[in-house]
Amino acid sequence: MKISGWGRYPVVDAQVAYPKTPGGLDDALRACPEGAIARGLGRSYGDSSLGGNMISTRWLDHMLAFDEETGLLHCEAGVTLNGILEVFAPRGWFLPVTPGTRFVTVGGAIASDVHGKNHHVAGCFCDHVGFIDLALEPGRTLRCSPHENPELFRATCGGMGLTGIIRSASIRLKPVGSLLIDQVTYKSPNLRESLELFALHESSPYSVAWIDCISGGESLGRSLLMTGDHAPEGEPEKGSRTSRIDLPVDLPSALLNRYSIKAFNTLYYHRIRAKSVVSRLYYEPFFYPLDSIGGWNRMYGSNGFTQYQFVVPKEGGYPAMDAILKEIVASGRGSFLAVLKAFGRRNANLLSFPVEGFTLALDFKVEKELFPLLDRLDAMVLGYGGRLYLTKDSRMSAESFRRGYPDWERFQAVREAYGAKGRFISQQSKRVGLD
Amino acid sequence: MQNILIIGAASAIAEATARLFAAQGANMFLMARSQERLSGIAGDLKVRGAGSVRTASLDANDIDAHQAALDAAYTSMGRFDVVLVAYGTLGDQKKCEADPDEALRELQTNAMSTVSLLSRLANIMERQGSGTLAVISSVAGDRGRPANYVYGASKAAVTAFCEGLRSRLYRKGVHVLTVKPGMVDSPMTEGMELPAALLAKPEEVARDIVEAIRRKQDVLYTPWYWRFVMMGIIHLPVKVFKRLSL
Repeated sequence: MKISGWGRYPVVDAQVAYPKTPGGLDDALRACPEGAIARGLGRSYGDSSLGGNMISTRWLDHMLAFDEETGLLHCEAGVTLNGILEVFAPRGWFLPVTPGTRFVTVGGAIASDVHGKNHHVAGCFCDHVGFIDLALEPGRTLRCSPHENPELFRATCGGMGLTGIIRSASIRLKPVGSLLIDQVTYKSPNLRESLELFALHESSPYSVAWIDCISGGESLGRSLLMTGDHAPEGEPEKGSRTSRIDLPVDLPSALLNRYSIKAFNTLYYHRIRAKSVVSRLYYEPFFYPLDSIGGWNRMYGSNGFTQYQFVVPKEGGYPAMDAILKEIVASGRGSFLAVLKAFGRRNANLLSFPVEGFTLALDFKVEKELFPLLDRLDAMVLGYGGRLYLTKDSRMSAESFRRGYPDWERFQAVREAYGAKGRFISQQSKRVGLD
Repeated sequence: MQNILIIGAASAIAEATARLFAAQGANMFLMARSQERLSGIAGDLKVRGAGSVRTASLDANDIDAHQAALDAAYTSMGRFDVVLVAYGTLGDQKKCEADPDEALRELQTNAMSTVSLLSRLANIMERQGSGTLAVISSVAGDRGRPANYVYGASKAAVTAFCEGLRSRLYRKGVHVLTVKPGMVDSPMTEGMELPAALLAKPEEVARDIVEAIRRKQDVLYTPWYWRFVMMGIIHLPVKVFKRLSL
């Protein structure tokens, strides 16, 4: 069948197996001796979950155990973050780390070692994983954790599914006093102040900025920084619980042009007038603003889009961001909303994306003229000592990958040692030289 | 807390519905063929908040086992507040056309065995004098279409059976809900080329079922637009209908 990631680019023709039981997963592995890749909800943007043979964890979505004392949840890989929140948020438990969508699986969150608005204080998703049960070949499953098969654990966390198929994992949920978030929005007129705001608010549990990637000159890098914390208790403001709408068709891609996007960015920036605004809202619109529009990926037309996300180290972060942002603004291809975030320290996982510094993520609709721009951006990002996020990627070269992820050789050695090489492969892994 | 019996508990719709009841703290009794599936689902429902979860392996086509299985479940629970009958197979129409025995097997699985279970359940519920019997039929039972008329015929039997049963049990305080899902994205439709926009998630269908049980609705089309789709199809004159390759 024809299948793609969230960016709807690229599209591949694949055999997809949908095992319904743990035993069925062994059968699926047995049926693909030439290699396969795990697929969750398909929310990685590019070709990380694509390949000739894909094994979906969709029906392997059972919760196995929960410890009310410690908050430790053991569940199958296909359980979604949304599913966890539906069951546990009303009981006062929350995800220790969540990305900007709750429609991802636990397996996917581990394979991408996803980060959220609290990276600067809480690290990545896998920093809250107790153990992983990993299927390495039919009939062979190994448990790995920071203490048990630790090198396999470090490779599997953020390992893009290339070490095996995650059967189940345990995650430490965190207790919260309410389902509400106290949010403060700060307005920043330019890039320097935007970056300084992150430093100023580094003790806030959550922080993220929406940054304008269209305006140049004195307004270059203007942004709205949002900080938040779980409210101890109380009521939300009226209207803060958003309803869901769906985008059932592809919008014509011409609808998104530099004029419509500029208008949107200007309106968004001037959404608040004061220098800062305080509000109390449900956790959903705070963490998952785009989840309220089902199928928002269709907004970029039928050719699809790519999300470009990079990180540059904190040291020299301002000049790097300034130069890259100028290149994006000059191209006029910047998107609706770009997301800026200051990362905390990196973890020990071999291919985890975050390093201490600044990350920027923005969408580009796919068109022929886009790719030379992205190649120029790659060169700049790597030149400043940064790298790209594999989960969003659909086009980086093997050379760019190796420069950005110097631990790739150790990663390959672990795959070799556990027999994962050649057995777990994706279109992306072949492209970046992890075959 | 409510006592819920689910027959065909490993079906995607049944499992999604069971999760909603589990979140309400219900006590569950699950029946399905595969013990491996049952134990996975039972463990999951407990974590999700179910009061108690018991299971029994049952092959719906083993009619001789029906009465004992239902009696054991009833004894174990003491009362059925909701019974959901949710199993079925979507047979291969072309195979049924080539092999009449295959067609009869389809009718056996989707209609005859259901008649057996519902007849026995009806007697239990009638004596009990309360509760809801929710039965998953299909929009395919509303009209025989060339694409799946064997499956459609079996579901038409279930729909008509439930309609009569509803009138019989109405006076006894027992509610009968006929559920007619449209196309659902589940293992049953895996590998079929179906238009994604018309494919409902099992979770959506499950929410509709729980709500229809609560409201004591008689017939549920889910998602809602199938009611209008089928209204159009039902009213097409035979002269026109026979020319269409639906």
